[in-house]
Amino acid sequence: MERFDIIVIGGGPAGLAAAIAAKKRGTERVLILERDRELGGILNQCIHSGFGLHTFGKELTGPEYAAAFIEQIVPLGIQVRLNTMVLDISQELVVTCTSRANGLEQLRADAVVLAMGCRERSRGALNIPGFRCAGIYSAGAAQRLVNMEGLMPGREAVILGSGDIGLIMARRMTMEGAKVKAVAEVLPYSGGLKRNIVQCLDDFDIPLKLSHTVVDIHGRERLEGVTIAEVDAARKPIPGTEEYISCDTLLLSVGLLPENELTRAAGIEIDRVTGGPVVSDDFSTSLPGVFACGNVLHVHDLVDFVSREAERAGESAAEYVLGKQKGQREIALRGTGGVRYTVPQRICVDSMPDSLTVRFRVAEPMRDRSIAVYCGKQRLLQKKKRVLAPGEMEFVIIKRDSIPADAKEIVVCIEED
Amino acid sequence: MYDVVIVGAGVVGCAAARYLSRYQLRVCVLEKAEDVCCGTSKANSAIVHAGFDAVPGSNKAKYNVRGNAMMEGLSRELDFPFRRNGSLVLCFQQGDIPRLEALCENGAKNGVPGLQILTGDEARALEPALSDSVVAALWAPSGGIVCPFNLTYALAENAAANGVEFFFDTEVQSVSHTDSGFLLKTGKGSFETRLVINAAGVMSDLLHNQVCAEQVNIVPRRGQYCLFDKCDGNLVSRTIFQLPGKMGKGVLVTPTVHGNLLVGPTAEDIPERDGTNTTAAGLETALSTAALSVPNLPVRDVITSFAGLRAHIVRENVDFLVGESVEGWFDLCGIESPGLSAAPALGQDAADWAAGKLQAAEKADFIPTRKGIVDLRALSMEERREYIAQDAAYGNIICRCEEISEGEIVDAIRRVPGAKSLDGVKRRTRAGMGRCQGGFCAPRVMEILSRELGVSPTELTKSGGASRLLSGKTKEVF
Repeated sequence: MERFDIIVIGGGPAGLAAAIAAKKRGTERVLILERDRELGGILNQCIHSGFGLHTFGKELTGPEYAAAFIEQIVPLGIQVRLNTMVLDISQELVVTCTSRANGLEQLRADAVVLAMGCRERSRGALNIPGFRCAGIYSAGAAQRLVNMEGLMPGREAVILGSGDIGLIMARRMTMEGAKVKAVAEVLPYSGGLKRNIVQCLDDFDIPLKLSHTVVDIHGRERLEGVTIAEVDAARKPIPGTEEYISCDTLLLSVGLLPENELTRAAGIEIDRVTGGPVVSDDFSTSLPGVFACGNVLHVHDLVDFVSREAERAGESAAEYVLGKQKGQREIALRGTGGVRYTVPQRICVDSMPDSLTVRFRVAEPMRDRSIAVYCGKQRLLQKKKRVLAPGEMEFVIIKRDSIPADAKEIVVCIEED
Repeated sequence: MYDVVIVGAGVVGCAAARYLSRYQLRVCVLEKAEDVCCGTSKANSAIVHAGFDAVPGSNKAKYNVRGNAMMEGLSRELDFPFRRNGSLVLCFQQGDIPRLEALCENGAKNGVPGLQILTGDEARALEPALSDSVVAALWAPSGGIVCPFNLTYALAENAAANGVEFFFDTEVQSVSHTDSGFLLKTGKGSFETRLVINAAGVMSDLLHNQVCAEQVNIVPRRGQYCLFDKCDGNLVSRTIFQLPGKMGKGVLVTPTVHGNLLVGPTAEDIPERDGTNTTAAGLETALSTAALSVPNLPVRDVITSFAGLRAHIVRENVDFLVGESVEGWFDLCGIESPGLSAAPALGQDAADWAAGKLQAAEKADFIPTRKGIVDLRALSMEERREYIAQDAAYGNIICRCEEISEGEIVDAIRRVPGAKSLDGVKRRTRAGMGRCQGGFCAPRVMEILSRELGVSPTELTKSGGASRLLSGKTKEVF
């Protein structure tokens, strides 16, 4: 059986950054397994700009951002197998995968980095009633069709959900000559980045209908229209507010789900809120030798943060392979009071970095609050924040020397000023 | 001039075609949709009823019990997924136990084997997810689950292999008597035939009424369903019914042969014969009624919902209309539940009728078996390697959720009758039927369809007709 120091599953931004970091940290045999026909993952279909402001100090397109990583792969001697789908990860870290080129293979790894990314929630997940006609796409599938295959899903679109991909696709469809009639969002606020609302909707006079959802889908063969309605505070449609919009296309941008089929099958502990594995500060999961990063761990807003997190995960995987022992004393880290989750969910106080970046999302939009970190009743730190939004990932840096010796649990929360 | 024209390529029409293909006859199937299995056969409970609830002596009872008994052998001959998982009918009130006992006696009269009344605790011991309020249950070990798509494709492919012709997008517009039989006018020309087998599902009354004096009326009875993620496929291992009511056998909770959990159907009589839309109220009814049987249904794991129409015949003593209604015309009309279970027996009888009528001889070279599309996941590592060695496309996974390879998709397209649309591929292979519902694989399946069929991607449809997937290419407006 072929052996590798590290097998990285997924060659998107997380997998690329993890593999590069692992190789630079001193591991010899690093392999990326990618199911698609090229490296770069979803970045390849994100031809708009806005990537890399934090990492490179300038605005790049998705493919440009990916290229900055991809061009390091060959010089560093990282191996890549494309069009290769991983089917299983065993407890002994035997990775079973299949491809046209190599057939069904089993590869042995000393460490595995999970970087499979996420997928979009489907119409079924929302249980939207109506006909099951052609013309209903997830925003990401439509993005692939338009940007990578040069194909148009339709000419008159309604977009349900104001996640970033939906917003980007509203602009993209408009630029390709389609008419985007409305973006409906079931929540009273958008789940996307503020800048995308301005640049993708406002600049093109596309109405954003907050507290609205699609309640019926019309058209037996091809989509002919949708009925949207206003929803109440419990997100239930309000009778009498229905409005018919004729369209041939409905794009769904209604949330992303980390893709953890392999993770679950391997028996790795999953966080119910993030949908990703529970990790320690070194991004190790509950299965020794398996690390996770990127959108498979939790859904990010900016790729720059994916890259940084993945670098840390890649380094940790390398250190694990090189024999570094993790500390014994592990304590829990969790969010409360408006903080939906934290990543990591655990800290090894003995072996954690001097400054640990903890990422999280808030449950609802808030203004003029503070992010606070507590150990029992003791407040370790407080950071003022003017605006907090669920669509934007937040972070707080916890210093190792601020954690009391007898700490049992650390909690991140939002406080009124 | 055909010897026999079968109208409708659903499971009943395809069963008739398959059993008829044994004889030296010229047979064709006319189907208004683009493919086999596009109506009621594609949207139902996917179960093989034991047969305890039909009125003793009725066609429903007779064909259900016979069809059930045939299913196992047929699944071996024609290689489609079928599993005898058994079924339970739940009773929630002490006062209803006599009705449960009556159902048990009714089943015994129908010849259903192994029926037994269980206490609530005995039922819960079999199925721990059942509600605490279950006081008794009828256990029917002969109940089963089947893949309705592959059952229908298997019958059609085997019929085609034995010489039956299939015409798709060929809706019968009118039927009239001729000296030697019937003339069927379609959008694609006229078909002359000596005999007709009417298996036109929710449209079968419209055909019947053109040639028969006694008029019948079918009202589409819509059933809405929710399909759950495979992570819930083990919530129950048997098919769970509730004591039947006036509108049918009620809402069931069942595993599918593919490992999902299925909940439904509702029962609503609707005016439109193509009203396969779901409604918020219907889906809510399906889920809340199912929750009486199995509380704590993980509603957030629903991956899709759908609706199917049963061909409910409106008359006293509702039953399947089966037989030669007028000289040379055999009706398989009003085939609602348990039509899927009954289909093999119905098809066999229709075929025997036609063969007898025409005194047809059996073919010497009849091919009795058919091999399905391989299920790679069910193979051992070694077997799977062999497939890939034969054709590398079996190594290339296209649908991640269901792990369907390019090899399986290509096979589905190249079969006769083969897949021509995204849904045709989906129902044959399950590509796009998983938790992401085609989000990732749809563009890639479209690529393969376009390549294999030699058509532009912009010509591809979801399910034939006007269901175009794309409006054109980018930059076309400039």
